[in-house]
Amino acid sequence: MGKETKSKWKGFSLRPRKEMPEGLWMRCPRCEHMLYRSAVEKNLNVCPECTYHFRIDAKTRIKYLVDEDSFQQFMGDLRTDDPLGFKFRGTSYKQRLKDDAKKSDAKEAMLIGSAFIKGRGVIMAVMEPNFLMGSMGLVVGEKFCAAVERAMEEKLPLVVVACSGGARMHEGVVSLGQMAKTSAALAKFDEAGGLYICVLADPTTGGVTASFAMLGDCIVAEPGALIGFAGPRTIAETIKVELPEGFQTAEFMLEHGFVDMIVHRKDLRSEIARLVDYCRK
Amino acid sequence: MPDNNSSKDGNHLAFEEKVADLDRQMNELRKLTSVKGIDYSSEIRQLQRQQVTELKRIYSSLTAWQTVQVARHPERPLLSDYLNLMVKDFRELHGDRCFGDDRAIIAGLGQIGRERVLLVGQDKGKTTKQKIASNFGCPNPEGYRKALAKMKFAEKFGIPIVTLIDTPGAYPGIGAEERGQAQAIAANLYHMSRLRVPIICIVIGEGGSGGALGIGVGDRLAMLEFAYYSVISPEGCAGILWRDGSQAPEAAEALKLTSKDLYKLGLVDAVIPEPLGGAHRNLHDTVHNVEDYIVRTLRELRRVKIDTLLDNRYAKLRSTGVSATEKLRRRTKAGRERIKEALEAIPGKGKRVPAKV
Repeated sequence: MGKETKSKWKGFSLRPRKEMPEGLWMRCPRCEHMLYRSAVEKNLNVCPECTYHFRIDAKTRIKYLVDEDSFQQFMGDLRTDDPLGFKFRGTSYKQRLKDDAKKSDAKEAMLIGSAFIKGRGVIMAVMEPNFLMGSMGLVVGEKFCAAVERAMEEKLPLVVVACSGGARMHEGVVSLGQMAKTSAALAKFDEAGGLYICVLADPTTGGVTASFAMLGDCIVAEPGALIGFAGPRTIAETIKVELPEGFQTAEFMLEHGFVDMIVHRKDLRSEIARLVDYCRK
Repeated sequence: MPDNNSSKDGNHLAFEEKVADLDRQMNELRKLTSVKGIDYSSEIRQLQRQQVTELKRIYSSLTAWQTVQVARHPERPLLSDYLNLMVKDFRELHGDRCFGDDRAIIAGLGQIGRERVLLVGQDKGKTTKQKIASNFGCPNPEGYRKALAKMKFAEKFGIPIVTLIDTPGAYPGIGAEERGQAQAIAANLYHMSRLRVPIICIVIGEGGSGGALGIGVGDRLAMLEFAYYSVISPEGCAGILWRDGSQAPEAAEALKLTSKDLYKLGLVDAVIPEPLGGAHRNLHDTVHNVEDYIVRTLRELRRVKIDTLLDNRYAKLRSTGVSATEKLRRRTKAGRERIKEALEAIPGKGKRVPAKV
């Protein structure tokens, strides 16, 4: 580096400098303010101007929710074995798994483990939106059921953060079956008298909404989260009508009676802790 | 023998060109017979024989996309046909006691064989008027809620439940979302896994994703031979993964949505055979096969104690997808261990582990 004596100055350019906004600044998709990235991160990835909740990965979510270093993951290296041998457009599902694992630094679309939330022991299952859209396949279903069974065994509340595009179509009917599987596990958990708190983050759609996400004893949603069965684009294409404003948001779901409460990300921890306290037996 | 009356010209699928051609020829000869009074019966019989071989050839090796087309055939028997031919004394029960009565899902009490059952099924409608009334077989939340309400009623009196699945999918509309399509389906999955009566589910045509699953959780899941069952429509899948809806045939192949593939994967318990050339060519035989399956299976499930039945149902649901792959893995793992033990028993070879089993 010492050899480089020449100035790097190449004059003005009208082209936008790529590296600058990428690293330090970001734009809020809702209020379009330019935001200082570290300020947003300090603010739990919520826009300080308009409280837009940015999507966060599972690890960050866990960091925000649980007591420091209390998360003990289990079944971390459960991997799918591509039941259909799915291939598409010259690539394959296996390749896609590898790519997404590299991109998102996650091994599957769900992390499960035990943790403490403000000192209350819970079993957690958190979905990873960056891994194949957080879609539910064999591994997610399997991990979810394992978490339910663990919660049943240890008589702990189950806290799930749903954040998913739906069932994973690369696994065909296997992933459809996961909807029935997770619901059946929850029915058993319910019979055993367990508490199940479900947090819906942006986005929760498709097969995940139509199974475990809507079966919580208590359903909490993050403000502005997209929650629905069919995706807005599918609906718009099918009925060919412009969708009303605020359609399928958390607020819409609250208004129509499918969500218990909407909680700001900064209050999520204390709200869950309070619910756990109320439901103590 | 194919019933010629039910497969008139214009209702042949694209891959049945040769069959259509033979049909045309036969009609021609019949016309000549009646007009000119010449006896062509031996020729007709020969053509019929040819047609049978042709149908056998085509239908023994349908591609996934062709299967989807057969499952969507406009003359394929619908729920109403099964109700007419299979269910005695059907009494329809309307309404979800909450919002309305969805015509896409029909529920009611009836008798199949000697068993009283609660029949729940999706109806696409035959005439245009019926089709519109039943929303082309796409249920709204009230349909699923109606199904659940009637199933709970049946549970109370120990009446077994039979569901006939035939839907392109749950309806994606504004009203459906407002009334909680997702919640309605989720509630059905949840409760159907614990209902204390035997449940048999049969896919008779299209098994479209969550919309099909919403009445498709039970002790047995069967499929008609040329029905399909998929997590997403082939068109939808092609639109997303291929970014081109016209690649649906390829998507259909990749999704493994035919009864044969699903049976191999252990996701379907039984495949009910269809008559030669598909269900639409012989309605009565199709319905009879389905009836036979229901009667047989009900007899079998009746023998099981209800608690055992529920345990089995849970074990079946819990092992979805695991059954095929995990069992295999477990088996190879056990095999590997057995071999390892055997090797350790041989003096001097204790540390060698076989590379692959």
